[in-house]
Amino acid sequence: MLKRKSKHGGEHAKATKPANHRNPIRRRIFFFIALGWFLLLLGDRVDELRVYQGALIAIYALAIGSLILLTGYSGQISLGHGAFMAIGAYAAALTQINFAPPLIVTFIVAVLVAALSGALLGGGASRLSGPYLAGTTLALALGLPTLANQFAFLGGETGLSFDVGFPPERFGLDFTLYKWFFWIAGLATLIMLWVIQNILKSRYGRAWKAGRSNPAAASLVGLNVGRRKVLAFTVSAGVAGLAGALLGMIAIVSPSAFPLSLSFAILTGAVLAGLTSLAGTIIGGLVLVIIPDIAETISYNLGDSEAVVANLPGLITSVLLILAVILTPNGPAEQWHHHKEAKKKKELAKGH
Amino acid sequence: MLKVERLVVEHGAIRAIDGISFEVATGSLAAVIGSNGAGKTTLLRTLSGLKESKLGKVWWNGREITGMKPEDLVRRGISHVSEGKSVIPELTVKENLALGGLWRANKSELAESIEEVVTLFPRLGERMSQRADTLSGGERQMLAIGRALVSKPSLLLLDEPSLGLAPLVVEQIFATVSMLCRERGITIVLVEQNAMGALSIADKGIIINLGVIVAQGDAKELIDDPALRSAYLGY
Amino acid sequence: MQQIINTILIGISIGSIYSLMALALVLVWRSTRVVNFGQAGQAIVSTYIAWEVLNRSGSYFLAFVFAVAIGGVLGGLIESGLMRTLFKHASEGPIAAVAPVIVTLGLLGVIRAVVGLIWTNEGKSFASPVETSSFVIGDTAIPFSRLNLLIVVTAAIVMIIFSIVFQKTNLGLALRAAAYNPEIARLSGIRVSQTRTIGWVFAGAAGGVAGILVTSNDTLTPNSLDTLLVFAFTAAVIGGLESLVGAVVGGLVLGIGLSFILIYLGTSLVFPTAFIVLVLVLLIRPAGIFGVKGARSA
Repeated sequence: MLKRKSKHGGEHAKATKPANHRNPIRRRIFFFIALGWFLLLLGDRVDELRVYQGALIAIYALAIGSLILLTGYSGQISLGHGAFMAIGAYAAALTQINFAPPLIVTFIVAVLVAALSGALLGGGASRLSGPYLAGTTLALALGLPTLANQFAFLGGETGLSFDVGFPPERFGLDFTLYKWFFWIAGLATLIMLWVIQNILKSRYGRAWKAGRSNPAAASLVGLNVGRRKVLAFTVSAGVAGLAGALLGMIAIVSPSAFPLSLSFAILTGAVLAGLTSLAGTIIGGLVLVIIPDIAETISYNLGDSEAVVANLPGLITSVLLILAVILTPNGPAEQWHHHKEAKKKKELAKGH
Repeated sequence: MLKVERLVVEHGAIRAIDGISFEVATGSLAAVIGSNGAGKTTLLRTLSGLKESKLGKVWWNGREITGMKPEDLVRRGISHVSEGKSVIPELTVKENLALGGLWRANKSELAESIEEVVTLFPRLGERMSQRADTLSGGERQMLAIGRALVSKPSLLLLDEPSLGLAPLVVEQIFATVSMLCRERGITIVLVEQNAMGALSIADKGIIINLGVIVAQGDAKELIDDPALRSAYLGY
Repeated sequence: MQQIINTILIGISIGSIYSLMALALVLVWRSTRVVNFGQAGQAIVSTYIAWEVLNRSGSYFLAFVFAVAIGGVLGGLIESGLMRTLFKHASEGPIAAVAPVIVTLGLLGVIRAVVGLIWTNEGKSFASPVETSSFVIGDTAIPFSRLNLLIVVTAAIVMIIFSIVFQKTNLGLALRAAAYNPEIARLSGIRVSQTRTIGWVFAGAAGGVAGILVTSNDTLTPNSLDTLLVFAFTAAVIGGLESLVGAVVGGLVLGIGLSFILIYLGTSLVFPTAFIVLVLVLLIRPAGIFGVKGARSA
């Protein structure tokens, strides 16, 4: 006598959905290739700044992707991913400066070192949740960069910078350093996002999702929730470390490059992207790079006061963050989905 | 009089209560019987405002109370003792009792009401400044009921007060519940798995299964009905 | 020996501020199950306004009153405005676990940016109402000034007021009940959403006091309360997020501990030490000194 509502009546139409989540990746690959071609064709008519920003977008997208893996899938919050980026950046810088191996080795080292620190934190954090985890990662984000001031070999306040060398000659003289950066960053991001996508679809990803929504039930079914949480942290930190190394490549590796606001920005980007949507990472990255731009334009029009320049980007980001959480809690994509579902339901109801 | 009309309550996609209607005369005791998951607790939680109904209406003493919040219903004289000995373990016995009367503007009435409850449950009086988590199961149940009484309810909703208690204590609880109805005129809706015990003190019985009423009527008749006996009373 | 006493004294002074802020965090946690990272932001606003009042009126007392009042009002507004909307919209999906944290962080960002826009990021100096020179007993100077004394005494008074309200009044009982078990509280007729707001008002007021006390005789910038927030959180964790007494004890313990690090090992190790302490406490005794085991998963 139990009646089940036909809320999921539309489900059958969606049976073909699985094919879809390969498309965003394909679409993204095309997007990048197209963009790259476009940039090459334009040659030096493209502002170096835009190329630089392109690299930045890729880096942010990668960092956001790492956070999505952690928060969206295994439900653990990190307010301190900037710290993992810093760890990766410093590891890369130190490796490159002291050993000058091929670039790929440097990046691998960065990933491994960051992943190790993620494992350490994750191990301690697996018993924490909610605010305890948040507070701990917050403390990490605030405290870690200051460690650089403690130890001389970390370069102190001024930081370290490392050289990835010039682009290979066969790309011609027009292929500037920034374009080289952009390609490295873009390629790395694409590869890692693809890797993440596969991890999330694998049984680890599914286990994380189960552990997040109902840890008690998950452990009853034999999923070792704790261990998988640590794994999530490890992978997430590793990816963030790569993003940090890439950031260090195009900028300087110093405590001031990894402030608390970086961690917040990545979190904002992740929420905007939709905490479980990898496709949104590019959008998230885009937004994060555009905001300072917009802020600058606004402040210029408002008389260019220093207070405005310093604070407006933060204001916009924070307001966006709050709005995003309240209005599109699971990301704009989900919200759109809900909207369509609600409309569909209304149609069906009318039909009766 | 408590009147429930075509109540429908959902838990997500499932209808926990699928069209229930019944009446409980003022000053009488209705026993709601059913197995686990039948919808009894959901019924009480909907009546007391903790859960919203999808369809249907509820009246108490001629005024419609559908969808009203628990805080407001308490002010209308409806108290719900939820399942699982609903006391706050970290608070003392006295504080737990006081909870029931905090909403009242007149504080001296609060002291009076607490005194009355202590007279009714002397064991509580002995433990006034002890934390509630030091009490035995039976004492906690008394405390929970006591707190509801401090609100001076005219309608009392009790969710499985006998659950997990020793038979002797269960007898005492049922005796107290019966007394509250007969002597103080409180209308009582008693949800129980202990069908025999509940029906034997009730005026009316309502048997629920899978969200619908399977049978309702005079409690004595229900006890004597052989079909119902074997289905729900075990003999 | 003298050095040790001095260090402890300084520690008590620093620690009382941590205790106050930790108290604010625990209050909000207990009444709404949210850690309000925006607490630092609210306190910054009340401190800046107090600064304005101090500059215009010259009266520290008046500035103090404003700090408390603004802190309280702001807390209440944020709870009834922002947080309630949040709970209505974001209570399911992966975001539910982290939404309150993210929103309070966003709030912190908004407040800081607005404060910076209005008052600029330049440091403002905040006068102290009393002598800031050390006490002299006999012929030794103790690094404890009248200001430190004021801080300790004020913090103590605030905490005593809070515990009286919480333990002895009906309002306090309602607040505690709503925090421990909102369902039973509602069934008893307590208007839980109101008590939540009141909890935030109290917390905001406590934060306001902490903000003005810690900034006295120091420089005020939009970021100056950030580290206080982290230390306060650490203090609250040490004491156990569930316990008001714990917040106080945690603050003092942390203050004294950090004071020793500061005096004997230098400033740059203070922050890392606090972090290590936080992690150690969470690993070894997650419930804090006064907490109850098992209360660790939000």
